[in-house]
Amino acid sequence: MFKILKRDVLAENVIRIKIDAPYIAKKAMAGQFVIVIPNENSERIPLTVADYDRSLGTLTLIFQVVGRTTEELAALDEGDSVYSVAGPLGRASEFEGMKKVAVVGGGLGCAIAYPQAKALHEAGVCVDMIAGFRNSSLVILEKEMRAVSKNLIMMTDDGSYGEKGLVTDALRKMIDGGAGYDAVIAIGPPVMMKFVSLLTKQYGIKTIVSMNPIMIDGTGMCGGCRLTVDGKTKFACVDGPDFDGHSVDFDELIRRNNMYKEQEKQSMSLREHFCRLYKLSDGN
Amino acid sequence: MPNMQKEKTAMPEQLPDVRNKNFSEVALGYSEEQALNEAQRCLHCKNAPCVTGCPVSVRIPEFLALAAKGDFVGAYHVIKSTNSLPAVCGRVCPQETQCEGKCVRGIKGEPVGIGRLERFCADRAMKLMKEKSPDESEGATNSAEDSCIEKKAFTSEGDDGIKVAVIGSGPAGLSCAGDLSSRGYKVTVFEALHKAGGVLVYGIPEFRLPKDIVASEIKELEKKGVDIQCNMVIGKVLSIDELFDAGFKAVFVSTGAGLPRFMGIEGENSNGVYSANEFLTRVNLMKAYRSDYGTPVRAGKAVAVVGGGNVAMDAARCAKRLGAEKVYVIYRRSEAEMPARREEIHHAKEEGIDFRFLTNPVRINADEKGNCRFITCVRMELGEPDESGRRRPVAVDGSEYDIDVDTVIIAVGTVPNPLIRMTTPGLDTDRHGCIITSDGVTTTKQGVYAGGDAVTGAATVILAMGAGRQAAQKIDEYIKGLSKKTE
Repeated sequence: MFKILKRDVLAENVIRIKIDAPYIAKKAMAGQFVIVIPNENSERIPLTVADYDRSLGTLTLIFQVVGRTTEELAALDEGDSVYSVAGPLGRASEFEGMKKVAVVGGGLGCAIAYPQAKALHEAGVCVDMIAGFRNSSLVILEKEMRAVSKNLIMMTDDGSYGEKGLVTDALRKMIDGGAGYDAVIAIGPPVMMKFVSLLTKQYGIKTIVSMNPIMIDGTGMCGGCRLTVDGKTKFACVDGPDFDGHSVDFDELIRRNNMYKEQEKQSMSLREHFCRLYKLSDGN
Repeated sequence: MPNMQKEKTAMPEQLPDVRNKNFSEVALGYSEEQALNEAQRCLHCKNAPCVTGCPVSVRIPEFLALAAKGDFVGAYHVIKSTNSLPAVCGRVCPQETQCEGKCVRGIKGEPVGIGRLERFCADRAMKLMKEKSPDESEGATNSAEDSCIEKKAFTSEGDDGIKVAVIGSGPAGLSCAGDLSSRGYKVTVFEALHKAGGVLVYGIPEFRLPKDIVASEIKELEKKGVDIQCNMVIGKVLSIDELFDAGFKAVFVSTGAGLPRFMGIEGENSNGVYSANEFLTRVNLMKAYRSDYGTPVRAGKAVAVVGGGNVAMDAARCAKRLGAEKVYVIYRRSEAEMPARREEIHHAKEEGIDFRFLTNPVRINADEKGNCRFITCVRMELGEPDESGRRRPVAVDGSEYDIDVDTVIIAVGTVPNPLIRMTTPGLDTDRHGCIITSDGVTTTKQGVYAGGDAVTGAATVILAMGAGRQAAQKIDEYIKGLSKKTE
């Protein structure tokens, strides 16, 4: 069991937990992920390493409550234990030769983009960050991101915080303004990564995206996380999770991520049904 | 006088139309009366050909003699002295090509039901042991429960006993760990998944091998002092060299052949297309068939399983049990070439699986949402023998036809996982990724031994267990040699 040492809510439905996992903390690198099982009967889900402390032996994960499993994880409090955490898995991000980089995060993707920006910043790379959210209530990690970037541009879809618009608008403006990036790292919803990659392709700027598909074991065993890169099938868990954004078949990825939509809906509506029942009985 | 009944005492089974709707064990096991009757069929041949057919050399006539007298626990201990997992082997070994294949009774009639008796003795003994110590709850304790406390233990200084690490808790690893522990070593088994057992828990379905049987066998090993550490992906969290640094004197690599092969045909990444590994892992390890578990699986209305091995049979029979109305097995050669056990093919047919022999998929067709809708196949005919000695299937021109399916399960084999290979300098592998050994278990890296599917490519549980035993012997010799050098 892996004890939760600290838990805080970063934004609506976005939770950060720090867990006791000395062996993983010792090896974890930016870009890698772990497989988490909240309770004994839960699903195995991949979560990217948000931070780690090698001396304290702690691992930080940030997740958004989107379905049954993340709900189960969210229900665990400080002092409770996560049933299983295995990792670090996947290849660490490679930053070799980068001098000036734009790191683009979308929503929860900022939780993964941030450690990459931090690693780049610590390696002496000049980092600009563009962080996009649907609205002001979902903004996370602003202070942390600001600390590791030369420029931090905050964007919201509805303009309720920072500038109104999409991350691609901000990225285009920066590139057109002569930012001179030699690489762009984009992490967020597949649709966002797709459009960032389409944009940077026009400018011929190398673009790295981080995949977070459905997977079970995270060690190459199931093949559930397969995606098409440059016409070839790759496993996100062992060949990635970072890939060349200009080579990924995003449309296929988006389709595959919707594979269990129906079951997820059923599972959630069943839970809501029970929740309502409990509320009723509480009221009595 | 031996019982000269020509046929094996029949094994009671769940009826096909009942069992294809549940995940309970198909073969129900002998009664005591049936076991006695069957055990008495052994002729006790002096040269015991059956033993030569067994990869772990179970002393078969000896255990059968005890069983025939009703001493099933004594029989169990005879089996257990060379076989770490009797209840497992009694169920999943291909006895027909091993011990029973060599049985003299098989010449004029059916061989002695050695596997069925092995199972009976093991089940009986374990049941009695459980009754004796009822305080111990069922199920393996090795799951994540107390691993954090124990994790500290395996690197602590001043342990008594010489430490050996086993990577992977499948049949090869468990067998090696059991033998090393009997030889007095302090064994730690590292498992990447959250439950121990390897293919016994993620691959072989509940209805062929109940998971509480596997858990009991593993518990027996733990009682012997074997320490099992789950959630430890060696090659990622620790390398083999780091295990040596932590004080392990030798390492046994039994990481299996866990990487699924795909066919490389169009549409293979459509939604609803699974590797058999993924499908079976969802069903068996993650228990997707139970509503109290969180993992989903999509079996759909019509399922095509591609392949002809035991894994294909398991996948097809699971799909049927999950409620698929139509389940096809698509195999490119004829029934005679199928690598699956006859018994499994027979069971699958009884349960209503539709076999399409001499058929090969060429394309998986999906709708605009990416969901699998039908599979296009081509008919095959057998040509000249290939390197495996089997006649090579050749596509018949213009014979394409479609089968409507919403799920496709690819069961065309697996290859070894590269995680260890990539992080262990000095450990050589061949072009298939299999670990190279000089004598079946000794690798190119000093102190590192390997066995099971990681060496041979996908094979059987019992061959892996045989390799585990052989490696335990070699490791023992190696470590004794080391201490002689330092004296």
